[in-house]
This record gives sequence, structure tokens and C-alpha cells, in this order.
Amino acid sequence: MSRASLYIPLGVFMLILGLGYVGFDLGARNELPSALIDKPFPEFQARLLNEPERTLSRENLLGRPTLVNVWATWCPTCLSEHEQLMQIAASTDVVIVGVNYKDRPDKAKQWLAQYGNPYDWVLDDRDGLLGIEMGVYGAPETFLLNAQGDVVYKRVGDINPRIWRDELAPRFRQLGIAMTVDNTDTGAD
Amino acid sequence: MIPELGNFALTLAGVLALGAAGVGLVAPRDEVMQRAAMSMVLGQWAFSFLAFAALTYAFVLDDFSVAYVANHSNSLLPWVYKVSAVWGGHEGSFLLWILIMGTWMLAFCLRSGQYPQHFTTRTIGVLSLLNLGFICFALFTSNPFLRLIPLTPADGADLNPLLQDFGLIVHPPLLYAGYVGLAIPFALAVAALLEGRVDATWARWTRTWTNMAWAFLTCGITLGSWWAYYELGWGGWWFWDPVENASFMPWLAATALVHSLSVTENRGTFKSWTLLLAITAFSFSLLGAFIVRSGVLTSVHSFAVDPERGMYILIFLALVVGGSLTLYALRATQTQVKVSYGVLSREFFMLINNVIMVVSLAVVLWGTLAPIGYEAISGGRISIGTPFFNAFFVPLGLLLLCALAFLPVLNWKRTKTEVLRSVYQAMAIAGVLGVMVWFALDPATIVVATAVALALWVVITHIRQLVFRALRGSLPAAFIGMTLAHLGFAMGTVGIAVTATQSVESDVRMTPQSQVTLAGQQVTFTGVTNVQGPNYEAQQGIFILTDRDGRNAFELRPEKRRYLAGGNVMTEAGIKPGFFADTYISLGEPLDGGAWAVRLHYKPLVRWVWIGALLMAVGGVIAVFDKRYARQRRRVAAAQGSAATA
Repeated sequence: MSRASLYIPLGVFMLILGLGYVGFDLGARNELPSALIDKPFPEFQARLLNEPERTLSRENLLGRPTLVNVWATWCPTCLSEHEQLMQIAASTDVVIVGVNYKDRPDKAKQWLAQYGNPYDWVLDDRDGLLGIEMGVYGAPETFLLNAQGDVVYKRVGDINPRIWRDELAPRFRQLGIAMTVDNTDTGAD
Repeated sequence: MIPELGNFALTLAGVLALGAAGVGLVAPRDEVMQRAAMSMVLGQWAFSFLAFAALTYAFVLDDFSVAYVANHSNSLLPWVYKVSAVWGGHEGSFLLWILIMGTWMLAFCLRSGQYPQHFTTRTIGVLSLLNLGFICFALFTSNPFLRLIPLTPADGADLNPLLQDFGLIVHPPLLYAGYVGLAIPFALAVAALLEGRVDATWARWTRTWTNMAWAFLTCGITLGSWWAYYELGWGGWWFWDPVENASFMPWLAATALVHSLSVTENRGTFKSWTLLLAITAFSFSLLGAFIVRSGVLTSVHSFAVDPERGMYILIFLALVVGGSLTLYALRATQTQVKVSYGVLSREFFMLINNVIMVVSLAVVLWGTLAPIGYEAISGGRISIGTPFFNAFFVPLGLLLLCALAFLPVLNWKRTKTEVLRSVYQAMAIAGVLGVMVWFALDPATIVVATAVALALWVVITHIRQLVFRALRGSLPAAFIGMTLAHLGFAMGTVGIAVTATQSVESDVRMTPQSQVTLAGQQVTFTGVTNVQGPNYEAQQGIFILTDRDGRNAFELRPEKRRYLAGGNVMTEAGIKPGFFADTYISLGEPLDGGAWAVRLHYKPLVRWVWIGALLMAVGGVIAVFDKRYARQRRRVAAAQGSAATA
């Protein structure tokens, strides 16, 4: 064993330290593994925001792929991803369900009226109970469900053009969701 | 007033740490300075204790003018939780860390009669330097005594309901005792490098402290796993979460150290390696602290994320670990004593253990840091989950079991091949039993049957040797400890293998008075009632479990609680514990018509995981009480006595 080999641990440590520094620089991370991935979306029962007398349950989400998006008016990131959601709503025939999380219904309705409504249904989850079932850490979060109602993908954080191109669009194709404008290969960012 | 006194006490502890570090590192051979270092350790402990007591006082008296109390307590909180809330957040838990550090240092001083004075003083110097770093961190970046004046809130924001639980009262102190306890072997290793001397006596001292710290760490991790199991309501007991990994990495390094120290003590070899492991184990404790406190990785455990704190810890880590590894590179002896040993020897099998531990450590480290590296390079995010870890830990665990089965009959240096006959007999018996288990399993998994068979093999060879030795009348505590720890490992592996593959899980919709069958049991849902807790109100589901014939009724009451102060809603699972299986029910969402979404789990042998881990910890402690350590103390005491009279 040569003298130099005693420096190996120091070298390895410097490498790890460098990585730690880089990771530190990147700031808060926002992808968390979900306990729900490849598991059925939980049973639930929630009122619709716009028709409080109607309720939706898990059965309503079966039969075709669904995008479940957790949002709130108090969440600035939800506003920044809103345009991307509008685009997805316009260019694909996926069902988008919004979960209005810990929010006030009047504010939520006003928000949708002002910025546009990408959702087929919006669930009223003002006390956050459905959020707990879904294991929501915060808003926004997005779940992609297949036709059998299993969660195939979860994103904590905003849906931006890159996430759409790299993560969502390929899965949409896999699930056979029709996309009228295929803007996935242009890589416009 | 009292919080200011606490702040002052903590500052004094810092000054004393600075003093002891200076004395211990600059003049370890001066007799007056040696005594000064000892008394400054007592001072560090006493003032840390006062600071901790001051914070506890502020919590018990609901002094919401202290920002930390206002953020982590509430006047409605039951008093037990008021006390445990002291370490329920970042600042207070770091104060606890400092108090535990002081306690270990004090314990070290009290038991130091057996070591040469100058060596003790050097070690105290290293420990005090570390403590100084911790105290500065607490004072400058996370001071728990800061006031909210004049904006004093009328009531506190409440302790996170997840943490209002018996598990939280004991989990952090135990875990910290393990983390911080590893500072002692670290300091002993640094002192040995400074002195340029590592021998069997050094290894013997270090072993006692390493075993104790390791046992605490084992208990701490086990409790954390148990807490996650019943409190988080997901029915899992290990999530490969970055914070769990952060506690698992020092544990792996410490486990390797426990074994490598045994070789250094008995055979005088593996010296540099042992020193490196002692440094590594504590470095991973610090790395764990960095990961948890800096927000580099998000996790359910992360407290407030603060870049300033992360940067401080990163610099501290660079100094401590970089410094000690540089010292290692400069001073470690590469003139290893040439000790020869055969393949069939304890040395070789300890080497196998060390290789497996280090590979596991590398896997966990990779799994924890790779996402950061990947993000740095490509800007994308990946998450490394259970499949990655399983791909490594399943074969490594099986390999470790194979090696363990041989261990009881092995001697140091070399072992006659004839002795192995009993091992092969045991293998045959275990193999037959394993096949029987395979037929009993549903779904039958070859890996699980193999794990069970190997574990049985380990159990048979260990028990056989234990009985054999007991009959011969030579049963040292170290051997009993080792046997218990190894049996614990076998038990834990069986628990992990069986519960991971044989569990039944179902999400169902249940109306009152309806029934479902879960793994041969009838589950009847009676209904939901409202109950009032001290600081929450809850909806409580009532479920009756019976066996197929409707006998042996057992009532489970899972809850959905809404905490009054923060409005947080938590689920509290109902668990029917059992040595062979747990039944676990958690209440989901209310559905229409009085129906509820209900999550049912049947978890066979899940408790074996924790019982096995606790057996390991108990084994580690028992080994400390081996006669040879006591003999050594007497010898040193006698030598000092005769030196005094001469």
C-alpha cells in the first residue's frame, strides 16, 4: 500500500462535499416519491365547486386517463402553471380534474372566471381532507391516473413546458391520449 | 428573564468548550491543564443543562414571547407534550444535541481512569472543539431563546400534531445519543493519530464507547421506524426517505467499526482501517445533520429550511471531516503488522462483514446523493426509490446471512475444516425447513424462502455453539452479546422478507354494519362516533375483528383528528398488534350514505423487524460488560495505586 492511497478517503470526501455544495445551490427540491405511485387513487367523495349539490367519487374518474391537479388561489405557483394547464386542456382530450385545496369557494370561482378554466370538474376540498388522502404536501401537485384509476405519475411543483415535454407528454402518448397539436418535439424553450 | 439566562448559560458553555479545546490540544501533558480540562467538561455539561432547563421552563410556563415556544407550543397542549416540544423543532432539538454531547463528554471523563491522562486530555480537547462548533451553530444561526417583543402572540401555533406522540418523546433523544456518541470513537481516533499510537488497549477502550453509541443509534432508528409505522398511517415501516438514510449511513459505518475494532483488539491488525471507520462513522452523523437541516433534500422530517444554517453546517463539515481525513492521510501508519490468516478465520469473516457494510454504505450514499448530482448535471429530477435499494440490499443481506452462519465455530487465525461439519448439518436442517416454509407461503417467493432458510441456519449454528460453550463453562459476555446481536439480525431479516411480500392491503368502501374479510379475519364496521381529546376533536371509527367463526372479538378504533390550534387533520391508525401479525386499519374519507373509505392492512411478522433490531442493540450493550474490560480497569487502577505509593 503506498502512502498516496491514504489520501483516497480525503479525495472521496471532497467529491461528496462538492456535490453537497452544488445540491445546496439548487435550492429547495420539489419532487417527492409518492406512496400512491402504481397504486389505486384513494376512494373519495367530494362536492363540485360549481354545483355543490353534485358529488364526485373515484368511480367517476374511471374509464379514461385523468389528470388530477391540486391548486389554490393562495398559491402563486398555481397561477404560473395555469397557462400550461390551459394549453393541455386545449390540445389534448385528457380529463382534467382540479382539486381546490384549502381555499375559499368564492375566491376560487372568481379566479377561474378571471384566468380561464382548464378543468372539466373542480372539486371543493376546502378543509383539505381529500388532500390528506392523496398525500398532498402542498400546492400545486399533479397526479396522472390511467383508465383503471391507478396513479401512474405524480409531480410536486409546477407543470412547466419542460415538465410537459419530458415527463407528461410521453406518458400521455403511452396512455393513448389523443393530442391534437403535438408540440412535444419542438422543444420550444 | 429566564430565557436570557439560558442564552447566557449556553454562551458560557461555549467559552468553556473553547478553553477545554485549547488546553486539550495545546498542552495535553501539563498536569494542571489536565485537571482544568476535566473541570471545564463538567462546566460545559452544567451550563448546557441550565440552558436546556431554561428553555423547558419557558415551554412549561407558556412563555409565548419566546419565538421558538410560540412556534412549537400552545396553551392547550398536554404538559407531557409541552416538555417534549422543547425538542420538537430545529432550534430546541439542537440544544438537546448539545446537552447530549455534554453528557457523553462527562461520562467519558468519569470513566477515564483507565487511560493515560495526556491521552484523555487530548480526546477531551477534540470533543470540546466539536462541541464549540455545535454551540456556535446554536447561538448564531438557530438560537432558541430569541424573543418576539413587542409582537408577543396571545397563544402559540401548536406543536405539529404528527409529533404529539410517545414516539417523538423518546425517538430524538435516543437517536441523538447515537449520533453524538459516535463523536467519542471519532475523538479517540483523532487523538490516537495525534499521538501516533494505535494498539490493542486503544481498541479495547474504543470498543466500549462504540458499542454503546451503536446501541443507542440502533434503538433510535428502530423507534423512528415504529413511529412512522403507526403515526404516518401509510402502513410502511421504512421509506428510504433521505432522513432515514441519513441515520442509516452512520449506523452502517458504526456496525463495520464494531467488527473491525474486534480484529484490531484481538489480532493487532486492520489498524488504519479501524481509524478510518471511526472517522467515517461520525462524519456520516454530521452529514446526516447537514441533510436534515439544510433543506438540500426534502422530506417529511425536514424542519424549517434555512440557507444560512445549511452553509454553516457545510463549512463545519468541511473543517471537521476534511481536517481529520487530512490528519489521517498524514499520520496513519502504513507499516501494517503482517498478520497472516486463512480463509476460514474470524479475521476473514470480519473482512466480509466490513466489505458488505461499506458496499451498503456506498449504495445508500449513492441513492441519497445521486438525485442531487443528476439535477446538477442535467437539470432534471430523478427519484431513487425502493426498487433501487432492494436490488442491492436483498443479495447483500442474503450474503451476510451466509457468512454469519459460519461465524460461531470460527477461530482467530485459522479453523480446522472438520469443525464445519456441524455447520453443514445445520444447513441441511435449515434447508429442509426452508422448503417447508416455501410451500406455506402465499404468494410463494423463492427469495423469501431462501431468506427464512438462511436465517434458520444462522439461528441453529449460533444456538448450538451457545449451548456447547455453556456446557464447557466458558461463556463470556462478549460471546452472549454477539450471539444475541446475530440472532436479532436473523430475526429482523425474516421479518423484513415476510412482511414485505406476504402483507395484504386493501382500500375499501364500508357502510356501517358491513363486513369484509381480511386474511382470514372478519372485519365488521360498526360506525363512527365523535370523541373529544384534550386539544383535538376526532371522528372515531369502530371496527370489530373476529376470526372466521366469529370468535375472539377485538375492537379497533382508528381516528381522524382535527387539532384545534392549527386546524390540522391527522389520521390515527387502529392497530391490533401481535407477535405473528398486525392488523392495521386507518380511516379515510367520509363517503355518502354514512359510508367511509377504509384502508385495511394485514402485516405478518412486521414486529420481528423491530424486535430483531432491539435484540441487536441489547447484544451490543451486553458485550460491553465482558470481564476483560473490567479486568483491564482493575489492572490500570492497581498500576496507578502502586505508582502513587512508590
